[in-house]
Amino acid sequence: MSNWEYAPAPESRDIANLKPAYRMFVDGKFVEGSGEPLKTVNPATEEVLAEVSTASKADVDTAVKAARRAYDRVWGRMPGAERAKYIFRIARLVQERSRELAVLESLDNGKPIKESRDVDVPTAAAHFFYHAGWADKLGYAGFGPDPRPLGVAGQVIPWNFPLLMASWKIAPALACGNTVVLKPAETTPLTALVLAEICQQAELPPGVVNILPGAGDVGSELVNHAGVDKVAFTGSTEVGKLIQRSLAGSGKKMTMELGGKAANIVFDDAPLDQAVEGIVNGIFFNQGHVCCAGSRLLVQESIADELLEKLRTRVATLRVGDSLDKNTDVGAINSRAQLEKIQELAAAGEAEGAQRWTSPVPVPDKGFFFAPTVFSDVQQSMRIAREEIFGPVLSVLTFRTPDEAVAKANNTPYGLSAGIWTEKGSRILWAAQRMRAGVVWANTFNRFDPTAPFGGYQESGFGREGGRAGLEAYLDV
Amino acid sequence: MSDRISVAKTYKLYIGGAFPRSESGRSYPVTDSRGGFLANAAQGSRKDARDAVGAARKAFPGWSGATAYNRGQVLYRVAELLEGRREQFVAEVAASEGTKRGEALVDAAIDRWVWYAGWTDKIASVFGASNPVAGPYFSFSVPEPTGVVAVLAPQTSSLLGLVSVVAPVIAAGNTCVVVASQDRPLPAITLSEVLATSDVPGGVVNVLTGRTAEIAPWLAAHADVNALDLTGAPDAIKADLERAAAGTVKRLVRGGRGEPDWSREPDVSRMRAVLETKTVWHPMGV
Repeated sequence: MSNWEYAPAPESRDIANLKPAYRMFVDGKFVEGSGEPLKTVNPATEEVLAEVSTASKADVDTAVKAARRAYDRVWGRMPGAERAKYIFRIARLVQERSRELAVLESLDNGKPIKESRDVDVPTAAAHFFYHAGWADKLGYAGFGPDPRPLGVAGQVIPWNFPLLMASWKIAPALACGNTVVLKPAETTPLTALVLAEICQQAELPPGVVNILPGAGDVGSELVNHAGVDKVAFTGSTEVGKLIQRSLAGSGKKMTMELGGKAANIVFDDAPLDQAVEGIVNGIFFNQGHVCCAGSRLLVQESIADELLEKLRTRVATLRVGDSLDKNTDVGAINSRAQLEKIQELAAAGEAEGAQRWTSPVPVPDKGFFFAPTVFSDVQQSMRIAREEIFGPVLSVLTFRTPDEAVAKANNTPYGLSAGIWTEKGSRILWAAQRMRAGVVWANTFNRFDPTAPFGGYQESGFGREGGRAGLEAYLDV
Repeated sequence: MSDRISVAKTYKLYIGGAFPRSESGRSYPVTDSRGGFLANAAQGSRKDARDAVGAARKAFPGWSGATAYNRGQVLYRVAELLEGRREQFVAEVAASEGTKRGEALVDAAIDRWVWYAGWTDKIASVFGASNPVAGPYFSFSVPEPTGVVAVLAPQTSSLLGLVSVVAPVIAAGNTCVVVASQDRPLPAITLSEVLATSDVPGGVVNVLTGRTAEIAPWLAAHADVNALDLTGAPDAIKADLERAAAGTVKRLVRGGRGEPDWSREPDVSRMRAVLETKTVWHPMGV
């Protein structure tokens, strides 16, 4: 019996049209920022991809003023039907340049090309397409006959889905008549700047969208700028709290999409093979860099051994490595700092007495990688059961009764997502109703769609993105 | 013949369906608009606030789990009892607010309660959705109450304002802890008596009287409070309360400067502010 190995199937990096230098986008033009330039690296190889100019305090001010001008003079007063056409154009251009965007995203972020190609970029285009249609139908959204935009939106997004998060933020803001200043994450600025090129190609009026690369200080400058009417943040709960605190008394409208520690509950009647696929998708999709990742697996005790065995067998087949290889399942951790954080938490899991199992899969010598890891015998008090790890690390706990499952699932200050696996429909609805979480996936996991509202309970944030509910974030209602 | 001596009433807190005195043993004088003594009210403390949050949390599963039809009937029952004690409210509102419009304000408060009673079984269909996702899944979104809501009641409008901020919170399925108007608390306490004798389960509404600025920071920082309504907060401490609320990422109803015009017809914004949207996905297939 011969051993059938996968041959490498690399996507060409030339498709990314990578440039040596990228500049920030303000008032319809690419301009040199006066902040300290940053170098963005490919986390799968540690090579420098490009130099990116960043914003200074003065640049933030310039961008906010440009956005205000565009809002007052053009975008805020433009009929919705005309706004819609610009946003539809952006959706189409994202689709046309999808392959380029996917490769660039995988280079800059480290995620597998199959995910950037099949999830990130198509969903980003879908968000523009969906919201474009709202622009001239806002009177039907359920907020009264003539809902008004808020003005200038300051938006700060994370590094786990750089293009998709930018689209989630920009599309509804524009549809509702706002203008935006967006700060991408410092480790993943490239696709947002290509999105800026797309805005230019769509002939979007100058100042409607502005993109300012930089680190947390630029984000802080932006959200606290007096000319910003609305702040939208996606990122860690810790930073979300800082922002909510610093905006106290400002009257600015806020939405927060923060961290999570989702419970994925497997009942004893679940279809186990499907559940295993869902568990794998729940925690190893995007290297576990997903705020709604199913990082706490709750298994009914009677099937725990069987499920764990199947799970380990399946996880051992996940291929870790080159993010541009079409066969790669788990790509690179986005940065050295994030890798160290994951390593620290995994070490804490071992120190606190959980049983560690790490996939024997080969891991590249260069780049930031972490082999898929499953902890069993996890107790609720352990750090790996309470803290968001944001990496390919699963913690497995057990339960005996449905009530215990619900109690354990809800035993967290977070409340972003949850998973339920059972063949019994009435039990799905029973459990879904009791989950204190904004998204509940039953017999599936990590599904996203612009028509389906997404967002958290409790310390996972407030406000929704997507659907009719998501429009509220950008309307004065 | 001497004139009859009236039976003076001792006003107390309303926590978990019972009427305790403040744990602190304190009280403070409540006066009418011309400074005449009306009664002493309990001066609630940090411990009272904590007990009230505990009672509200305990009541939350039952109240949020009740059918919308049931909640609507319970709320309507409150309106019925308010109507029955109309004269008492008119007298108390008039004394508290020094207005001749007592009757109109009480009628508006009763009608407002009825308006919200009719909302309970419409919230899900108005705010919910079946999401037409691009894939073989059934995805639907339902609004759910956020949990325990701390409400700093309006300082000026002692009954209509109070009803306007409490009714939407419980119509949406939340439970609440309300800090009554500091200087005009008596209609709130009488409303507590109405709630206690209606079908509203104990703990669903808890009413504290006392110094708003003293009690509010504990509610703003309390980890078991999900949302904070700042409508009646003193302007000087609003920003501090928002900062404290950020510690647990609380939902905020900020309220602008000054008090809203409560005579205006209400909209759904106060209910929406204390609702979460839960989206559920399930695959479709054979």
